[in-house]
Amino acid sequence: MLALWVALAVVAALVVLTTALLVRSRRAGTADSAVEPDVVAGAPSVARPPPAPPAAPAPPTAPDLHDRLGKTRGVVSGYLRSLRSRGSVDDATWNELEEALLRADVGLTTTTALLEDLRARVGGGELRGADAVLDALRQDLESTLAGAGDASLHVEDGVTNVWLFVGVNGVGKTTTIGKVARQQLAAGRSVLLAAGDTFRAAAADQLETWAQRVGVDLVRGREGGDPSAVVFDAVQRAAARGNDLVLADTAGRLHTKVNLVEELKKIRRVAERPPGTVTEVLLVLDATTGQNGLTQAGQFLEAVGVTGVVLTKLDGTAKGGIVVAVERELGIPVKLVGVGEGPDDLIPFSPPEFVGALFDLA
Amino acid sequence: MFDALSSRLEGILGRLRGRGRLSEADIDEALGQIRAALLDADVDVGVARSLVDGIRGRLVGEELSRSLSPAQQVVKAVDQELVRVLGGESLRIAYASAPPTVVLLAGLQGSGKTTTAAKLARWFRQQGRNPLLVGADLQRPAAVEQLRILGDQAAIPVFSEPSDPVSVARSALDEATRRGRDVLIVDTAGRLTIDEQLMDEVRRVSQVLSPQYTFLVIDAMTGQDAVGTARAFHDTLALDGVILTKLDGDARGGAALSVKEVVGKPIAFASTGERLADFDLFHPDRMASRILGMGDMLSLIEQAEREFDRDVAEAGAARLLEGRFTLEDFLSQLRQVKKLGSLGGILSLLPGVPKEIKQAQSAVDDRQVAQVEAIICSMTRAERADPALVDGPRRQRIAKGSGTATQDVNQLLRQFKEAQAMMRSTGMLSGLLGGGRGPGGGPGGGAGALAEALSSLGAGGGPDDPLAGMGGAGFTSSDLGGTGGLDSLLPPATGGSRGARAGAKGKKKGGRVTPKSGGRRPEPR
Repeated sequence: MLALWVALAVVAALVVLTTALLVRSRRAGTADSAVEPDVVAGAPSVARPPPAPPAAPAPPTAPDLHDRLGKTRGVVSGYLRSLRSRGSVDDATWNELEEALLRADVGLTTTTALLEDLRARVGGGELRGADAVLDALRQDLESTLAGAGDASLHVEDGVTNVWLFVGVNGVGKTTTIGKVARQQLAAGRSVLLAAGDTFRAAAADQLETWAQRVGVDLVRGREGGDPSAVVFDAVQRAAARGNDLVLADTAGRLHTKVNLVEELKKIRRVAERPPGTVTEVLLVLDATTGQNGLTQAGQFLEAVGVTGVVLTKLDGTAKGGIVVAVERELGIPVKLVGVGEGPDDLIPFSPPEFVGALFDLA
Repeated sequence: MFDALSSRLEGILGRLRGRGRLSEADIDEALGQIRAALLDADVDVGVARSLVDGIRGRLVGEELSRSLSPAQQVVKAVDQELVRVLGGESLRIAYASAPPTVVLLAGLQGSGKTTTAAKLARWFRQQGRNPLLVGADLQRPAAVEQLRILGDQAAIPVFSEPSDPVSVARSALDEATRRGRDVLIVDTAGRLTIDEQLMDEVRRVSQVLSPQYTFLVIDAMTGQDAVGTARAFHDTLALDGVILTKLDGDARGGAALSVKEVVGKPIAFASTGERLADFDLFHPDRMASRILGMGDMLSLIEQAEREFDRDVAEAGAARLLEGRFTLEDFLSQLRQVKKLGSLGGILSLLPGVPKEIKQAQSAVDDRQVAQVEAIICSMTRAERADPALVDGPRRQRIAKGSGTATQDVNQLLRQFKEAQAMMRSTGMLSGLLGGGRGPGGGPGGGAGALAEALSSLGAGGGPDDPLAGMGGAGFTSSDLGGTGGLDSLLPPATGGSRGARAGAKGKKKGGRVTPKSGGRRPEPR
């Protein structure tokens, strides 16, 4: 690794030198207008794109996905509704189906696979008419989404359960933890929060606000400190005090940053030390995420063994169709869906409801 | 930035190369693949269609030039369409005649508004302004706190008060006048476009501020929703542009290609890393060539002009030319390069960088620079000037001092020696000189020389790597004093058969794809 780095550094040094020459030759003709070097240019400034949705307290409700997403339906459903009345399935119909799926971020590969299968079934005479095709599509989507297995959240008795929340920056990890804490507390568990995001400015403060709001304790470390240490402390403290569930926040990280992914692996290893047992690794995915979501899921899966997806921000206009690809290609089930900013707007995932809301096929 | 799309397109266009003529079926197939590449890059479905139709139109309708091969014509058509969709030149900020100039940031939750606010403030200060950051996100817990911390890091004052966003906006205007700040950057809470109440609130904030610029902050990883979101914010706030964040991941950046076409507003800025400096104006007109893998030297030069300490850079250049480049110089240049941002970012701007180097780079974390720095810093001045001094005990001392293993020290020294030998070789020096000192030595010339150096370093791509080595020509690896040494500079996984390939490389240069002959594109010499 170092070898590579040096090679690149040399390359980069060459860049500098060439640039210096170019700058000189460019400026030779013009008046010398040196740009002020910035005062903090060399300072180790760290900044991560920010985070999670705000959380306005709302009265506890049991939102139904279909009702909650009422506002957002339309964009995609428009295509499909017009198909309903058609008797035959022609090229235009296939194109419209394709466009509807693509617009929902299902992705070209998955869309093509789903439609090819349907085409074959139409060709074989199994399906007749647009209605039959739509129903079959709906069933296919539902079975894909249900196929990845158990969507329940796991807790073992007699150990200190650790649920790790991972994901890229700004998907809503911290907010999700606040909401999960509240629900697990209501379910009778004794919850402790671990502010494992020691990187983003004020991330721990944000989680602290949630901890107070929900009424649970929080273990936090120094800003910029070792997140594994925070998680370790949290597990120890949970064990000592008899908490059975630790919800561990982690800093948002792009799945492409090798060292940050290594750091995440370490957090997981530390959390696994007795009495800790990692019973869930939840990947938080933003419903607006495009095809990149599949790469994210794949790499987090490989690094820390993701056990489920939390799909956030589904109350906006985004459809979150990428989870179809994530389930189909990686077999990771969606477990929770975030449908609003209130503390209770995090609901268990239901494939029929999701597909129904996605395409308004109901 | 755009790596995924870029390499897909390079692959598709590369397969067309070498064909004498393209049948309609060939073109259809290529267009189908281009559409797939665009969709996988999250380009809006409608925009992807319009792009593909546009390319087809240019290929079918236009008088086919005799001077270009069929494949070159396709590349040219793709380039022209990308330029059309991306649209225009970069933003030129017009400051308010009566300060402060107000910049309002809006967007969905988690798109990166708060960090962007700090980066933008820093950017304005580099333009010689006195920005004031305003925290009007009173919803997300600790959002103002985050802005204060970032403001501290950038040494830019932050104003906020615990009231409501509209009053914060009002007081901020007074505060700016009182403190003599001439640019006001207002961070607002993330909101969904369907949340009428919050959309109304941001509209009222905007009315109070009457901002010169209203930017929508969009996460580059956004899928098809990007366009709808942009349209909805545009309807509410009359956007002046879009700021793309998180372009440093493997985000496909489809949003960048879609927003202009649909909303009519360009990408104004792009954020390409986590440091406050990883932020700059977006140049739509340069982006097409970057997507097609042709680099963007202009942006690199501008960035360097802004961030570099000129004296240090020139001193280093002088020493290199004299063949006296020591570890000391290397260290100071390294520190300069660090100011430019991540190596990946720099490499993506360079024309003709072999794909393998680009890919290998993505596996490297820039934190490793710290290790190299530590090793060099643990050496005495004498050792830095003459690494040959370093014997067993010294090596151990250096390893201890830098917290590394002696093998690491060895490796660094060995590689530096090899690199030094390479830099001394007359071929490369005259190449560099040709770029900088030659009578016609504009950026184009420099780019060519550099690309040669780079493609020699990386030894080009494999046989199925069509556009790599685009810039490199006339250089055979033997000019560089032995490829054996170069092999060890490459990552172990790909280093194996490199020598042989590199040797053959100089000969398989025919039929390059030449999309256009702008100054940016390196010319073979």
